Amino acid sequence: MADLLPEHPDFLWRNPEPKSSYDAVIVGGGGHGLATAYFLAKNHGMTNIAVLEKGWLAGGNMARNTTIIRSNYLWDESAAIYEHALKLWEVLPEELEYDFLFSQRGVMNLAHTLGDVRESIRRVGANKLNGVDAEWLEPDQVKELCPILNISDNIRYPVMGATYQPRAGIAKHDHVAWAFARKCDELGVDIIQNCEVTGFVKDGNRVVGVKTNRGTINTEKVGLCAAGHSSVLAEMAGFRLPIQSHPLQALVSELHEPVHPTVVMSNHVHVYVSQAHKGELVMGAGVDSYNGYGQRGSFHVIEHQMAAAVELFPIFARAHVLRTWGGIVDTTLDASPIVGTTPVENMFVNCGWGTGGFKGTPAAGLTFAHTIATGAPHELNRPFALERFETGALIDEHGAAAVAH
Amino acid sequence: MLLISCPNCGSRDETEFHYGGQAHVPYPENPSGLNDREWAEFLFYRDNTKGIFAERWLHSTGCRQWFNMLRDTVSYDIQSIYPMGAPRPDKAAAAPESGTASTAADSTTTGSAAPSIAATSITSTSTAPSTAPSTTQSGTTAPEGATK
Repeated sequence: MADLLPEHPDFLWRNPEPKSSYDAVIVGGGGHGLATAYFLAKNHGMTNIAVLEKGWLAGGNMARNTTIIRSNYLWDESAAIYEHALKLWEVLPEELEYDFLFSQRGVMNLAHTLGDVRESIRRVGANKLNGVDAEWLEPDQVKELCPILNISDNIRYPVMGATYQPRAGIAKHDHVAWAFARKCDELGVDIIQNCEVTGFVKDGNRVVGVKTNRGTINTEKVGLCAAGHSSVLAEMAGFRLPIQSHPLQALVSELHEPVHPTVVMSNHVHVYVSQAHKGELVMGAGVDSYNGYGQRGSFHVIEHQMAAAVELFPIFARAHVLRTWGGIVDTTLDASPIVGTTPVENMFVNCGWGTGGFKGTPAAGLTFAHTIATGAPHELNRPFALERFETGALIDEHGAAAVAH
Repeated sequence: MLLISCPNCGSRDETEFHYGGQAHVPYPENPSGLNDREWAEFLFYRDNTKGIFAERWLHSTGCRQWFNMLRDTVSYDIQSIYPMGAPRPDKAAAAPESGTASTAADSTTTGSAAPSIAATSITSTSTAPSTAPSTTQSGTTAPEGATK
């Protein structure tokens, strides 16, 4: 049978055996791990490095997110790092020589209450001051941009307007990972799948190696990019992270004709919806309330977001759910990521991106690579250090970041 | 959806309940004696166990009472449900309880010292480097047997 099939196209990356030693090891072969390896190789000349992935490449949250890319965050620190990410998204297809269909179709964040309206207009102002494109739309302008939205006042929470970021959009998440992986491979990075980290080798308080199910690998530096499993790795290394892992679910409908021209997010009735290039309606909402590592959640969460979607988009009432799934997101109490050094020497951590890590992928990679290579934070990730939980300099994006986390 | 057996009301759907996070986290015994690191631990650091986790739930649309639960965070299997203030059942017989804390009610309801299981979980950081002081290292600010 196999000989009847056409020859397999060229693989985008090798599948090398792990070497006994590397200059740096990145734990986690998702978007952030791959982007980190790419920038380590490209910007810092570190090519004798490996990315270890316990499953298959980009099979965790990179395969499970709803692909939304935006930078309309309220606070200066967040706007800076997410806007830098957005600028990188704009140039990466060319730089990586891979068209991963970054579609700047805009993102709309709906306002349903007077409080929402005030918060939204404030955020538009803050965005503009930070050089982030943003505008406030009245309900008729919302309708013009997205005709399938119900802006009548016959629903529980009528649409009172929206913020709009025209440069925001979506991209094909798998292709983003593959684009990074191929470039990493070209630059000499070893991408090692089915390689689970089981412990760390330390010399005093300095990490000197990584224990895996495929043997021990010596390394000078370790970067953790394990999202929902960050706490598990930190515990192996002997420190704690202020992270709680929760299931976050999403769903798609079967394929439809193009009906939804932009991305619509509603914090208040809580759903976000876009239409994938192929035609599925892609939806997500908030996390399941309980801690979980199960990559699945409770159905009432799905039910709730579909109810919100049908109220906002009556046309969806006859659509069918094709597939639902869950990922494990690493949430922090200020809904902002942690990118920086750890209490263990030569070990660095990139985690806490929670429900919004996909959009941050390029900036996470860029700043984390800088931190690993130089031992000091990049200007953009300096505020996102682990120490902020002690100093109190939190970056509280809960509710401020256009959507609840 | 989880089917949760409320100790007062019996089995009810998860939607009737509110999640309260890690159980057995006592309010600091001596708040004014805590340094920034210790406050960070109390405010922002919680166990994020992959496996059997002791957590609090509130039956918010039923009896409105809090209770504790042991649940597997991978399979979501509920292993046991026990009252606030009681020690964690799977560890109760194991490690010797320290001082008076073992029988004390949970501080989230009473403000008194909490079961010593909290100390057990916090001192699990004792393998951590000196930049992350654990309870044992902060003994000067917390009396023996108390949890911070």
